[in-house]
Amino acid sequence: MSLTTAHSVVAPSANSKRIAGAIIIAYALISIVPLLWIFATSFKTPPDSIAYPPKIVFQPSIEGYCNLFTTRTRQTPEYINSLGPATGFCDETVRKRNMVIAGPSNFLPRFLNSLIIAFGSTFCAVFLGTLSAYGFSRFKVPLADDLLFFILSTRFMPPIAVAIPIYLMYRELGLSDTALGMILLYTAVNVSLAVWLLKGFIDEIPREYEEAAMIDGYTRLQAFWRTVLPQATTGIAATAIFCLIFAWNEYAFAALLTSGTAQTAPPFIPTIIGEGGQDWPAVAAGTTIFLVPILVFTILLRKQLLRGITFGAVRK
Amino acid sequence: MLNRTAENVARATPEPLARKVRGISDKGLAWLFISPTILLLLAINIFPLFWAIYLSFTNYRANRPNEVVKNLGFANYQRILGDQDIWFAMQTTAHFVFWTILLQTLIGFTLAWLIDRKFRGHAFWTTLILVPMMLSPAVVGNFWRFLYEPQIGLFSYVISFVSGIPPTSIQMLSNVSLAPWSIIIVDTWMWTPYVMLICLAGLRSIPEYIYEAAEVDRASNWRQFWSITLPMALPFIMLAVLFRGIENFKMFDMVNLLTGGGPGSTTEVASITLKRQAFESWRTGYSSAFAIILFVAVFGLANIYVKALNKVKQR
Repeated sequence: MSLTTAHSVVAPSANSKRIAGAIIIAYALISIVPLLWIFATSFKTPPDSIAYPPKIVFQPSIEGYCNLFTTRTRQTPEYINSLGPATGFCDETVRKRNMVIAGPSNFLPRFLNSLIIAFGSTFCAVFLGTLSAYGFSRFKVPLADDLLFFILSTRFMPPIAVAIPIYLMYRELGLSDTALGMILLYTAVNVSLAVWLLKGFIDEIPREYEEAAMIDGYTRLQAFWRTVLPQATTGIAATAIFCLIFAWNEYAFAALLTSGTAQTAPPFIPTIIGEGGQDWPAVAAGTTIFLVPILVFTILLRKQLLRGITFGAVRK
Repeated sequence: MLNRTAENVARATPEPLARKVRGISDKGLAWLFISPTILLLLAINIFPLFWAIYLSFTNYRANRPNEVVKNLGFANYQRILGDQDIWFAMQTTAHFVFWTILLQTLIGFTLAWLIDRKFRGHAFWTTLILVPMMLSPAVVGNFWRFLYEPQIGLFSYVISFVSGIPPTSIQMLSNVSLAPWSIIIVDTWMWTPYVMLICLAGLRSIPEYIYEAAEVDRASNWRQFWSITLPMALPFIMLAVLFRGIENFKMFDMVNLLTGGGPGSTTEVASITLKRQAFESWRTGYSSAFAIILFVAVFGLANIYVKALNKVKQR
């Protein structure tokens, strides 16, 4: 120990590391129990899902997923027997409960709406955000700080407060309950995040690259296209994922401004009901399908997460 | 107005590298790049805001668009400031914001402080802890209704198992005194990782040599924590509190799905009152006035807070 370097003077002792590790692991495990429970419930049968005490060990079933994608009607056993052999697993399961599949449910269209609106608004927000961020980063824009603050301040408004006039405006313009209306709205919300994040990323790219390109005879626009954009790819991708997650998860606007054709998954999932109340395995199945893309993105993004959630204020 | 801004943009842009630029000039390009964003925000955010300000002075009702609109002056604002229900909703919101922020900051900072010990495998566990905050508050909040079900819900079951209270009497969502806590628990579960992540960045920004110097001066661990760790991480903690404060002031999705403001109006936060007034009672003018008041409140509080934050940063 006589040769201890300055570094190890302040390094935590092995014991304190062990205790810290144990507490963190315990917290992590407890905090993901609700998520594991969602996953487990999605593979339970409806009776298993509401058993007391709650079942940890159970016979897995995909009945929840069958119920999620179909609507069913109750029939007499005589009628079901007259139908001929069941086609596929879902058909068979449903018939055991004296029901027949009446048709597809609304889940798939709602899920597709979520995809279209999330990707559409993300593309627009990142496109506009990249241009503005470059503008703010490279040119002397008068009142730049005020403009940037204005762009951010649009995020302070409570969504319900914004929704009142938007509701009236969309009613006048015929944008109520349309994918286009939702894409415009989410673009406006996300563009503030995109500008702030991307300005940080573009600020980090040395100006010399463009200047060199311009001395080589490129115009400013060509220099932007050929040198800045390729350098900013990581930042643009991270920003896009943050916008995508916001649009994907958004509930307040979707619940108030869409009701049918353009409804997204978050307001739809809570309305999945079976006979006698909420069909929890089906809700869990819908929730699982809805959450999996976000889990993947979270893992991809883990290095940029901090920057994204603080609008680029903290960069590490 | 817009033209003048464009001219100002043009005048302020320096001649680039004393070279004649072919194609679009820098001034033109700056304007071309920034204006679409500004125009979109003007159309989707600012125009509706002014419309809401106009409506807040009228008795307009969105479900009766053909009725004659009367100008009420400040009557809506006066009624809101004298409305018991509104004050109750503001109190509920304050209670909710206070407890969620307190819990999230305490737990989040502690977790960050422990993770900063860099034990083996800390990166993996940190990522795992971060998962809840990335998920949709609405979709996950909705599922918590199931976890809170008396008897069959996992949460109620675990609580009754641990505490011995009969499982049927744990009515998280329908008991007047438990309902606010059912929301605070889910919000804390979901957003503690957020505070943790920002605090972790704060702790990692403290240069090692300060601790080394303290060690040389034989400062105790306790002393080091209070006079180095906490003050230096404070701007980050405050930033996290600012972001969470604004978000929780606006809180809608989770409350709407978990309790819908009930039982009665015990969990009716400002956003829920606003939704009930605007989209159930259709008092558009009245709710617009409330929306403006809320917006001014958030904006004002955030501004004061940012000033304080900057002061701390400068220290």
